[in-house]
Amino acid sequence: MSTSSSRYDLRAVLAAGGLARLASIGAIVAAVALLFAYVAGWFSPHRLTPAALADQFERNNGEHPGFRRNHSKGLCAVGDFASNGAGASLSKAQVFRPGQMSHVVGRFAFAGGMPFVPDDPKIVRSLAVSIRPDGGSEWRSGMLDIPNFPVRNVEEFYGFNQAQADAKTNPKAVPAFLEQHPDVAQAIKPIGGRTITSGFADDTYNSINAYRFVAADGTVTAVRWSLVPVDPPAPVTGAPANEPNYLFEALIAREKKSPVQYKLVVTVAAPGDVTENPAVAWPATRQQIDVGTLTLNRVESEAPGNCRDINYDPAVLPPGIAPSDDPLISARSATYSVSFTRRAGETKTPSAVQVAP
Amino acid sequence: MNTTPVTPFSLLSRVLHWTMAVLIVAMLFIGVGMVASVSPYHRLLSLHEVVGILILALAAIRLINRLLHPAPLLPPQMPRGLREIAHISHYVLYFFMFAQPLLGWAMLSAARYPLPLHLPDIMPHSVELYATLRHAHGIVGLLFFITILMHLAAALMHALIYRDGVFASMAGRSH
Repeated sequence: MSTSSSRYDLRAVLAAGGLARLASIGAIVAAVALLFAYVAGWFSPHRLTPAALADQFERNNGEHPGFRRNHSKGLCAVGDFASNGAGASLSKAQVFRPGQMSHVVGRFAFAGGMPFVPDDPKIVRSLAVSIRPDGGSEWRSGMLDIPNFPVRNVEEFYGFNQAQADAKTNPKAVPAFLEQHPDVAQAIKPIGGRTITSGFADDTYNSINAYRFVAADGTVTAVRWSLVPVDPPAPVTGAPANEPNYLFEALIAREKKSPVQYKLVVTVAAPGDVTENPAVAWPATRQQIDVGTLTLNRVESEAPGNCRDINYDPAVLPPGIAPSDDPLISARSATYSVSFTRRAGETKTPSAVQVAP
Repeated sequence: MNTTPVTPFSLLSRVLHWTMAVLIVAMLFIGVGMVASVSPYHRLLSLHEVVGILILALAAIRLINRLLHPAPLLPPQMPRGLREIAHISHYVLYFFMFAQPLLGWAMLSAARYPLPLHLPDIMPHSVELYATLRHAHGIVGLLFFITILMHLAAALMHALIYRDGVFASMAGRSH
């Protein structure tokens, strides 16, 4: 037994055979630290992380500080959503209550990571919305004007983007990827064959991912949703020369005449419809419910505090709407967060599309 | 034993300490793991936010408890330098217990992410502020973890090397 004065003296402790005990303390602390480093991915440089996905966007599109890493070129629009009550039987979310009005902050954009890409009707268009009833929970959704996603999970997403980047030097990269991923080859057919409308205002935007609506009695229903234009879809016309923002300018001009409106249409899955695979659309015969009207009555250039500074995270959902088993919802949420954090800290430059005062 | 026995911490102090020990260590692992993950990210984030609020609430209760019931005195035989390190480390640990959840709350507020439990925003909407707070949240988390590793090492030194009753005063074993 050590004396009271020597127990704090490490040399005396070691002399009394304390080395093994000291070493075991070191081993315990080191083990906890190593486990932490493992969980953090510091030993796994090839782990597919949200940062790796954001890096890939930067590699494929070049670096554009201050802009979103994807859907970089965009325009803000604000308005409201008027619920007709038809969604209330499926979801207890406040936004679906009969007569409920909610604030909407939306953003029209082109898919892709280039904030100054010239407008081209062939580029996939998106509409993201934040819908928030007074005093209620917010619902964010980023929707695309394609019928289904090209890939079913984030590994395929990364691989497909990698193949497209490789295609710059190797023309066989994309065909080789598609040969190895017949499901992707299948999924891109309806995307390529979609009806392309004249612009943003007469386009239909789809949630792509499936979600779960939770009713007041706890009933869960698998759904997807779409914003269907009130404007009748018009066929696409040729792009004018030297007007790199002409589709956005057409939207701004359209908005000046009257508010741009969409019906929010909920598509209800039938038993057996897959919810975990966003690359497969449900049959067109599925029940569709018009749950209200989204009205966008003002467009704004991206600026501090407006849609520019919102992360349209598809996992931000009110009580009454929950993610499905689609793994891409979480993957999008994770990657958007990295994109948002990066651009938030970067110096901003004015966006390509400017609304004349 | 020829040392003055150390008075044990009160039962409430010990329950708070060990509950928070589990929660905080779990939180640090969840935090560092979720930002490097893709598919489990959303579930982990939801858990991270709720447990963060719980830790902040427990930290407030714990601080009040600590002010009302000061920690037992360290053994008088313990060298003055070690005693000072022990005291400073407690201040640092309490600082992190408050700073880290508050940084999380503040950064979500600055980005206007919806907050759990309808908590109010405590920062203006500013993405620049969000970026600063988000980086601070990561750095403070790492420093918190390093401090906890040192706290663990010190606790094990008391338990296995010094055998002075300090570890038992929190572990709750009879001495």
